[in-house]
Order: sequence, then structure tokens, then C-alpha cells
Amino acid sequence: MTKEKDLAIGHGLFGTSDTGDTSGFGGLVRIPAHPGSTERPYGGYFDDVADDLERAYPDFADAIERVVVDRGELTLHVKREKLTEVALVLRDKLRFEMCLGVSGVHYPNETGRELHAVYPLLSMTKNQRIRLEVSIPESDPHLPSLVEVWAGNNWNEREAFDMFGIIFDGHPGLTRILMPDDWRGHPQRKDYPLGGIPVEYKGATVPPPNERRSYR
Amino acid sequence: MSQSSDQVTDPYASSRETTEGKVFSVTGGDWDSLVTEIGATKEERVVVNMGPQHPSTHGVLRLVLELEGETITELRAGIGYLHTGIEKNAEYRNWTQGVTFVTRMDYLAPLFNETAYCLGVEKLLGITNDVPEKATVIRVMMMEFNRIASHMVALGTGALELGALSPMIFCFREREKCLDIFEMISGLRMNMAYVRPGGVAQDLPPNAISKIRETVRELRRDFKDNDSILIGNSIWMGRTAGVGYLDLAGCTTLGITGPVLRSTGMPWDLRKVQPYCGYENYEFDVVTADTCDVYGRFLIRMNELEQSLRIIEQCADKLEKLEGAPVMVADKKIAWPSQLALGGDGLGNSLDHIREIMGSSMESLIHHFKLVTEGFRVPAGQVYTAVESPRGELGVHLVSDGGTRPYRLHFREPSFNNLQSTSAMCEGSLIADVVAAVASIDPVMGGVDR
Repeated sequence: MTKEKDLAIGHGLFGTSDTGDTSGFGGLVRIPAHPGSTERPYGGYFDDVADDLERAYPDFADAIERVVVDRGELTLHVKREKLTEVALVLRDKLRFEMCLGVSGVHYPNETGRELHAVYPLLSMTKNQRIRLEVSIPESDPHLPSLVEVWAGNNWNEREAFDMFGIIFDGHPGLTRILMPDDWRGHPQRKDYPLGGIPVEYKGATVPPPNERRSYR
Repeated sequence: MSQSSDQVTDPYASSRETTEGKVFSVTGGDWDSLVTEIGATKEERVVVNMGPQHPSTHGVLRLVLELEGETITELRAGIGYLHTGIEKNAEYRNWTQGVTFVTRMDYLAPLFNETAYCLGVEKLLGITNDVPEKATVIRVMMMEFNRIASHMVALGTGALELGALSPMIFCFREREKCLDIFEMISGLRMNMAYVRPGGVAQDLPPNAISKIRETVRELRRDFKDNDSILIGNSIWMGRTAGVGYLDLAGCTTLGITGPVLRSTGMPWDLRKVQPYCGYENYEFDVVTADTCDVYGRFLIRMNELEQSLRIIEQCADKLEKLEGAPVMVADKKIAWPSQLALGGDGLGNSLDHIREIMGSSMESLIHHFKLVTEGFRVPAGQVYTAVESPRGELGVHLVSDGGTRPYRLHFREPSFNNLQSTSAMCEGSLIADVVAAVASIDPVMGGVDR
């Protein structure tokens, strides 16, 4: 199994980076990575799902960027141009009747693919679960809306827009849902400023959250 | 707010002109002037804001109703009034501390949030099969007590909103007994943070099993009070039967799970179809109805109580055989070094452990400090785990970057998805049926807004 280079490289421990490091742990370097593509056989019903999808959807090789099987879960990485087509085939031919929402993830270190949208799918007929993942650049955060395919994704897409700024084209009413309408920024992005003010208590000053070590 | 001079000034019911038409603000008190004014307008269409501060909306839910007479032509739900940013906050706390946050999401089902989250963390760590059996049985038992407590609120407040006061008294009496069990086992009645990655926070106290058995007996006896009041009651039937209709096709496309889905006759219960926490080892039935309406959902909740009691009894049998077994994984890199103990001044580290780290073992002290302040590392990757909460599929999407904190934590809250169906259930029905429909969805706004 290959590894992806999509996560920030970690340096040190306890947040010490200057000469004050007496522990020696400041010199540590961690290179974390998500699991990369998986080769066949995938195991379990995942091979059947992939076979069925290939048969029902001729563009499979073009639309699916890679397949990842990790911790007993199947993830299909789909190109955003093909997302609606793949979703329709999965719903109508492979009977994934239910989409359990969309969860945004922000990877600021993955240049050109900073924003990910993750769709967990459920087939009640076959009792199977798979996951679709789409990655898009922060500079062009557009995705086709899947409300036409699964109407229940309406609020979930509004939430992903609200929190991550992913714009779902074709959504019937893409407005903020959890934050106030006039809020600026998208709070769950990793670069969203935490803000806050220093608080003085009995002569000592507690720094604002974004300057505290535990928040960096 | 402008007030035309020829009108009577009513501090409780003022009106103003806007581009959308005349807007009336009603804050209670004298409605006479409002009725006179509305009577004078030609338009039949009225837009009413119900909530966010309304006793029948289960917390801060806002419903925008467009009415023709008493019939609803359009309904929109507004949420976000209880958004607390738990998902973002958890990214700045270690994996163990995450439990303390997620337990506060759906505050009527804290143990389900905790368990779903911990199952996710355990899957990321790859220790799902290493969790001791006793911890799993305790989790199941606590969840089932929690299901009863949650259904009691759903039934009690649901009936209260429709004007039946007595069921609420009975339901909260029963819920109290479940909360007493939580207090006995975890020390807290709500938001316990009792389920931890790798097991549970502490073992059962002495004599817990006999108390549990006694409570099960009492609950089984007392559930009859509600049954006799509501089942078959003609007023109750009149308010709920045929109301809030949503069929299977509507449920699947809207992503509806839980009692609302089961009221369409679909026996979909994750405990049976995709068992977790060893639910395959328990005998219980999946309760369904085929009426697709509020009455069916009410019956499902009533009957699920008995199934939960059956599971709890089987848990008690198992726990009797597991006396003295561990309740946390053996891996010392994950399990906190000490089990908590209840002392004279409340819950804390056990005295034996303190004696060891302070008196005899420097390494234990360092280990304890590292594990508690920094936390354990979780290998990079993502998982989705789901449990059947009282409201439906509670899913957790967890992403780790290999660090000591969640990189991304997302809860797929059943209340959030189910609430979308209010429009489908209510449009075309009478305004009084909205209250019944919302009560049958049983949304908890803490879970919806997170």
C-alpha cells in the first residue's frame, strides 16, 4: 500500500521550537500520511461493488481517480466533473438509496486539492456501505450539488458550504445554515482565525486562544 | 417601528408596513387589536414565525409557516440557534477529551454520542477487538437505559405539546430512574463522558447489578401507566393517527432513519442489520409500524421500551459472570494509568495509584503526565462508524492526521437529517398538526446544531 503526502509534517513536541528546548524532543520530525491507493482484491463485498460499478458505468476508469480500502472501509475518489453521473449510477443501478450527508475536510497542505467532500453512502437493499470522496482546489471551490439525486443532502450541503465554503452548484438555496447569515469566513477551515482577546487575571495575562500553545 | 396614528397602540401586538406586506409582531397579551387588523386586510395568505422560542418546538427550532386559513402551504425550518462549534473545538483537544465534547451534542442521548465516537477512535487505532467484553456489555446496558430515558422525554413532551399532561408526569418519573442508574455508575446524570476510547471510565460500583434488576422490574411495572392512558385513547388517536405522513420513498430520499423510518414498515435497525458492540449476541425484536404516521412512531417508541428492558436484563446476566473483569484495554499506551475511584471528596484518581506515582515510581509519573496532558497518537486515516441512537443513525466521520487530536470530527446527526422532513410531513395539513409532526420526529436541537 502506498502513502499519500497530504498532511503537514510535524516538528518537535510540546510546541517548543526555540533554544528553550531542554528535552531534546524539539528535534523530532513526524511525516504523517493517509493510506494511498489499494490494489485488487479489495476484500469482502468491495470487489463486487467495484465490478458492478465498472459494468454499469463505462467511464469508471476515467471518473474514479483511485480506490482506497482502509480499516475495512471502501473509499472511491471521484473526479468532480463526474460526481453526479457516478452518484446516479450508484443510486439507480447499485441501489445505494441513502446518502448520509456530506462532510467537508480541509487539507491546506495538499496544494490544488485543499478541500475534500466526503459522502458516506448506504445501501439498505444490499446492506452495504461505501464512501465517495471528491477533492477540489480552494481557489475554485465548486462541486455539483447532489440534492437532485438525494434530496436529503440539502441541509448537509448547506452546512458544508457554511463551514468550509464549498459551493454546491445547482443547490436550490445555498445559504448559511448554522452560522448567522452575515457571518464572514468559513469557521471549520484550518486557516480560520480563532480570534479572542488576552484576559488579565490577578496581574497575570492569559493570551488569546490563537496564541496559546495548545491551539497551535 | 412606525405606528400609524389612527390605530390603537397595543404594546403586545404592533404592526408595520414592509415591502413584503404588513408585518404584525405579536408577543402575547391582548390579541383583539390584531384580529381586528388582520380582518381588515384582503389577503388570505399569512406568514407566521413559530419559534425559535416556542414551547412546542423542542428547544430553539424556528418554523416559518405560510398559511391559507389554517392550512399550511409552505413550511421552512430555521436552525442554528444552538450552534456551539463542538466539531471545531474538538480539533484542539486530545482524543480522550473529545468524549467530553461529543457527549454534549445530543444532550438526551449522551451515551450514544460517546459510544459512536469511541467506536470510531477504536477503529482508527485498530483496537476494536481488544476492547474488553465487560466494557462492551456496560456500554450496551448504558445505551439501552439511555434509549429509555430519551424515549421517555420524546413521549412525555410530545404528549404534553398535544395537551395531555399526565403522560409527562409518568414519563419523567421513569426517566428519573434511568438517570439514577447513570448517577450510580458514572457519577453524573447527564453528559457523563463515561465511555472512553478503549473501554469505559470506571467499573460498576458494588451492588450495581441488583439495583439494575430492581429498576428494570419497576420500569416494566410503571410503563403500564402510560400505555393505559394513551394507547387507543380516542383524543390521542384523533391528534396523531394519519398525521405527519411520510412513506418509505420519502424516508430514503430524505435520509430519514430511526423510528420515522421504521413507521413505514421497514425493519431497519443498525443493532440488527449491522451489529456493533456485540448486539448480535442479544435477543430482541425490531419494532415497526405500517401506518407512516405520528401514531405509528409513538407506538414504536412505546414498544421499544420493552425491547430495551430485555437487552438490559441480558446485560445484567452477562455482567454477573464478568465480576472483576477489566473495563479498559490492556494497552498501557492508550488506557489511562489509573481507574478512577470514588473518594470522600468526589471522583478522582485512586489513592493506590497516587501512592505509586508520588512515592515509588518516577516512570509511572512521567507516563501518567504524558498520557493525560498530551494524549495518545492515532494513525492517520479516516473512518465512519454508526450506531442506532433513539433518533436514528448516528454516524461519526473521524479523520486523523497521526496526531494526538482529531483532525476532523463530523457527526451525522439523525435529528439534523430527520428535521428536514418537517416540510414534507406538514405541507397541506393543519397548523395544529405541525406540533404533532415535529414531536414525532423528536429532534434535539443540541444535536441538530452541534
